[in-house]
Amino acid sequence: MRNFKARVILLILTLCIWYLLTYPFDSQELIAGGITALVIILLPLPGIGILGDFRWTPKAFIFGFVYLFYFLWQLLKANIDVAFRVLHPKLPIEPGIVRVKTRLKTPLGRLLLANSITLTPGTITVESDGEDFYVHWIKVEGIHDKERTKKIVTGFEGFLEVICG
Amino acid sequence: MADQLFNIAAVIMLISLVLAIVRLLIGPSVGDRAVALDAMTIISLSLIGWIALSTGRGIYMDVALVYGLISFVGIVAIARYLERGL
Amino acid sequence: MEILGGIFAIAGSVFLFLAALGLIRMPDMYDRMQAGTKATTLGTMLFLIGLAMAEPQWVGKSALLILFVIFSNPLSSHALARAAYHAGISLGERAACDELAGACEDEEETA
Repeated sequence: MRNFKARVILLILTLCIWYLLTYPFDSQELIAGGITALVIILLPLPGIGILGDFRWTPKAFIFGFVYLFYFLWQLLKANIDVAFRVLHPKLPIEPGIVRVKTRLKTPLGRLLLANSITLTPGTITVESDGEDFYVHWIKVEGIHDKERTKKIVTGFEGFLEVICG
Repeated sequence: MADQLFNIAAVIMLISLVLAIVRLLIGPSVGDRAVALDAMTIISLSLIGWIALSTGRGIYMDVALVYGLISFVGIVAIARYLERGL
Repeated sequence: MEILGGIFAIAGSVFLFLAALGLIRMPDMYDRMQAGTKATTLGTMLFLIGLAMAEPQWVGKSALLILFVIFSNPLSSHALARAAYHAGISLGERAACDELAGACEDEEETA
């Protein structure tokens, strides 16, 4: 079941990429792309199962949509933060690597969380080990793991838990 | 008018490309050089987009796409090499 | 619409410039990576949005490039950061703590 779902999602993804690539459509390209995508998802594809972690429920779609905007807002904030630190004459930084924990269980959720952490204010994921992420933080705040976890991951975790558990 | 705005943007991007090359040349460790190379590929991806606009040829957008793919694979290969040798 | 695209493009190039300035100014490798990853992602996004506004028939390819940059840039920087850490590049003099090595100076072992 999970494998079937992963293949359907892959079909949607490949079709989207093809249609974006040939944007002013014409009917021949649409049909050829559709046939090619169908052939591709019938091939034996190792490691595709990770895509099956998405959930089908309407709630997950709505959360995914909201997550997109939340993510873009965080990205904008991150850039203003970086600009401030770069232009500040004294370079207000105090870097360090901290450990945070995540509640997400699935590989896809952890992948998306790590990518989101990298693009948000002042943090880069350096290493992941099970449920621990080691994050390089440009200005270390907080004292204990829990406080730091709350500051870095909780915002994204709430969305990603609904989208892909 | 719009063309001039895009040309100003291209000049700013060329200056930042030069700054990234400076870091590529002076970077004390090999990691610094790899980071500078990563930033340079992204900046030149935008510059290829500008070339597409200024020459009016859409085919350069495909060039930018393939360039992005290859530079991503290249950076990951450099990272693997740094980590444990090829 | 084209003028708006030009303004977006200039905003994007300013972010790219800030990224390059960060590459020069930051004191150690990981901080350079912070500037070099985030600012280039948003800069390229804004520039490509501006490009799509100026030439509406390229909107598909611009969208594809934006998606690709959003996904590939954090991945490559993560791979580089991990490789640099395992290759033994230090965190710099200002570093406050390093929990990946097991020690953290500002954290007292109370529990």
